[in-house]
Amino acid sequence: MMGTVIQYILYLVILVLLAIPLGAYIGKVMNGEKTILSKVFVPCENLVYKVTRIDKNEQMNWKKYTVCTLLFSAAGLVGLFLLQILQGFLPGNPQHLPGVPWDLSFNTAISFVTNTNWQAYSGESTLSYLTQSLGLTVQNFVSAATGIAVLFALIRGLIQVKKEELGSFWVDMTRVIVHILLPLNLVIAVCLVGGGVVQNLKPAETVDLLEPIAVSAKGEILENADIDLETQTVTVSGETISNAQIVTQQIVPLGPAASQIAIKQTGTNGGGYFGVNAAHPLENPNPFTNMMEMISLLLIPAALCFTFGRNIKNKKQGIAIFMAMFLCLALALSVVAVNEQLATPQLSQNGAVDTAVSQMQAGGNMEGKETRFGIATSSTWAVFTTAASNGSVNSMHDSYTPLGGMITMLLMQLGEVIFGGVGCGLYGMLAFAILTVFIAGLMVGRTPEFLGKKIEPYEMKWAVAVCLATPVAILIGSGIAAALPSVADSLNNGGAHGFSEILYAYSSAGGNNGSAFAGFNANTVFLNVSLGLVMLFARFIPIVGTMAIAGSLASKKKAATTAGTLSTTNAMFVFLLIFIVLLVGALSFFPALSLGPIAEYFSSIV
Amino acid sequence: MKAMKSTLLRTVLFSLTFTIICGVIYTALVTGIAQLLFPKQANGSIIEVGGKKYGCELLGQQYTDDAHLWGRIMKVDVGTFTAEDGTPLMYAAPSNLSPASEEYQALVRERIEKLRAANPDMDETAIPVDLVTCSGSGLDPHISPAAAEYQVPRLAKANQITEDEIRAMIRECTDGKWLGLFGEETVNVLEVNLRLDGIL
Repeated sequence: MMGTVIQYILYLVILVLLAIPLGAYIGKVMNGEKTILSKVFVPCENLVYKVTRIDKNEQMNWKKYTVCTLLFSAAGLVGLFLLQILQGFLPGNPQHLPGVPWDLSFNTAISFVTNTNWQAYSGESTLSYLTQSLGLTVQNFVSAATGIAVLFALIRGLIQVKKEELGSFWVDMTRVIVHILLPLNLVIAVCLVGGGVVQNLKPAETVDLLEPIAVSAKGEILENADIDLETQTVTVSGETISNAQIVTQQIVPLGPAASQIAIKQTGTNGGGYFGVNAAHPLENPNPFTNMMEMISLLLIPAALCFTFGRNIKNKKQGIAIFMAMFLCLALALSVVAVNEQLATPQLSQNGAVDTAVSQMQAGGNMEGKETRFGIATSSTWAVFTTAASNGSVNSMHDSYTPLGGMITMLLMQLGEVIFGGVGCGLYGMLAFAILTVFIAGLMVGRTPEFLGKKIEPYEMKWAVAVCLATPVAILIGSGIAAALPSVADSLNNGGAHGFSEILYAYSSAGGNNGSAFAGFNANTVFLNVSLGLVMLFARFIPIVGTMAIAGSLASKKKAATTAGTLSTTNAMFVFLLIFIVLLVGALSFFPALSLGPIAEYFSSIV
Repeated sequence: MKAMKSTLLRTVLFSLTFTIICGVIYTALVTGIAQLLFPKQANGSIIEVGGKKYGCELLGQQYTDDAHLWGRIMKVDVGTFTAEDGTPLMYAAPSNLSPASEEYQALVRERIEKLRAANPDMDETAIPVDLVTCSGSGLDPHISPAAAEYQVPRLAKANQITEDEIRAMIRECTDGKWLGLFGEETVNVLEVNLRLDGIL
């Protein structure tokens, strides 16, 4: 028991210890300051500028920066869509997979460009190695870099006084990828391979099964069958089954997995190389690789809080934002941990099944969880991945206890601001901070200010749009889906849990998260298209809103701090910020959650 | 209009450049280093004895024989992959069932009965939870030491060796927590079974 608690604490401590120095490094890189690695990377950076003919000193106003962001995402979208449709005719396809259908390509292209990585497909059976590396791996990098770039435009908007200059989108992108993402991922990917993750360009292997499996002509597995391999006959209770097939081999999927897994974690993308994501033993074989993957999924979002404080020259502000996020994270983790460890009466069967934690086993609700990860490591990952808008999983959230599963859903519904995606989590949280100073300003009757900039109706309108884009997209999307009879065919579970599967899917798309209650079959034309639109809306409305706020703040003068200025760095502000985030989330989602997980919880205990 | 055109051109050039850097150079670099430093792991940790590939150390298989150690419950999939000659290949998927439904309760009850019938020596001992649940990947190669211990009397009888010999084999195939702290202790089911069959 003690060992389990220590694991939870250490995971959190290691995260913070690594995030602080990385935060400082990112801050320096983005300002173009010298770092210990400048000697190696600055020449690479300059080479990129030369090849792409970019002026390093260009300064963009908010409109130009936004146009570049949107155009670049659109180009990625079109490229990835075509790559999937045409993969059957392209090289790098040793499994001879056909082109991907249009609706699935549409969904997947949006999903990776918006940093969501919702996967309506299973990687090993749908996508060629070429699509995986030229399409998905590349979007994993650039969609993450886009989030960070937009964040830095906002940071510059907060610092600038009566100017319009927010930096250059191209320079920001290049710096993020060359100085931060590439070196970090190279190291992580090699460590992962050392731990057992596959990385090659060979077609899948086949290996022998120790016990052959008999399959009827209809493709059903025959249990208790006697299999005679020499005569190739299958008998069940003395009766010979005609046309039965004997399966003697297992497939071992291979490919360039580790390189993609590293970036899907660090870039809060989350799209697994294999269908079952980081639960797959070839994607995440042991607690060592798990540590690498799990810490890296929250590392950059946590580090960016410290970067923010450093670059606006107000470290306390960075720490205040970090504390608000961290407290919510710790709270969510404790609820999930307790519920998963307690399991359910349906599983423990009045003591016939041993669900207690001991020296010999992890106990708890092991449905959908891997033995090597047990409860502590699975629960921590589940909370990290839904707090960050990562969405990779090392256990199946569909099989969580009702309340444990609800917390993962709620973390996404809060708008992915408890750390959230790289860059976008923090700019989302800053929109909530603006909302908070506005409400606090109303309460004490003062003009709201944030970091010396007056918050006026223009900023408020956009901040509200940023904060509400996610709830609106989720509620409208899942509302329509729940009303359509055809969607019921996609469900894997009945009753309240079935509704939870729909709600989770739209929460995941609306939060740009990408994890799933994976029993839900999302690969239908309606779901592919509607979830695709939800992802687009929830990604780009906040980007435009954030840029508009950045542009407006940059052009304002900086007000002097007086005794009457409301502090945005003290415990009171942290508390208010958490309160506003939870309030917006609870007001938006309480009705929906009570029809899903809460209803399921109460029916399971009676 | 001219500015728009140049931005568009820049976008395409920039996208292509980073497709080459992140898609080709990065992937090739990782693959090269991986194949050089960790050839076994990079290629799927396959257990090969005398030229025959006896499974993958990291992928679970289904065992129903009394003489073999049983693993996690498997939802076997023989419909997704086929060999080049068309014979189906085995793979597996997670159940994605809610552990709080009545259907699930009935399913677990069935599994308990099956395990009790196969392990008569254990009487009414509570069954370790990983033996009655499906894993997250569907391909979990491990079970907990408790789940292995539960099967020791059956394995000893079916293989006609002593319980202590079985326990010694299980210990050889047990991995501790990483650094003694992280993750859980695990028994690799395939490795135990290859030892029971005298292959390893």
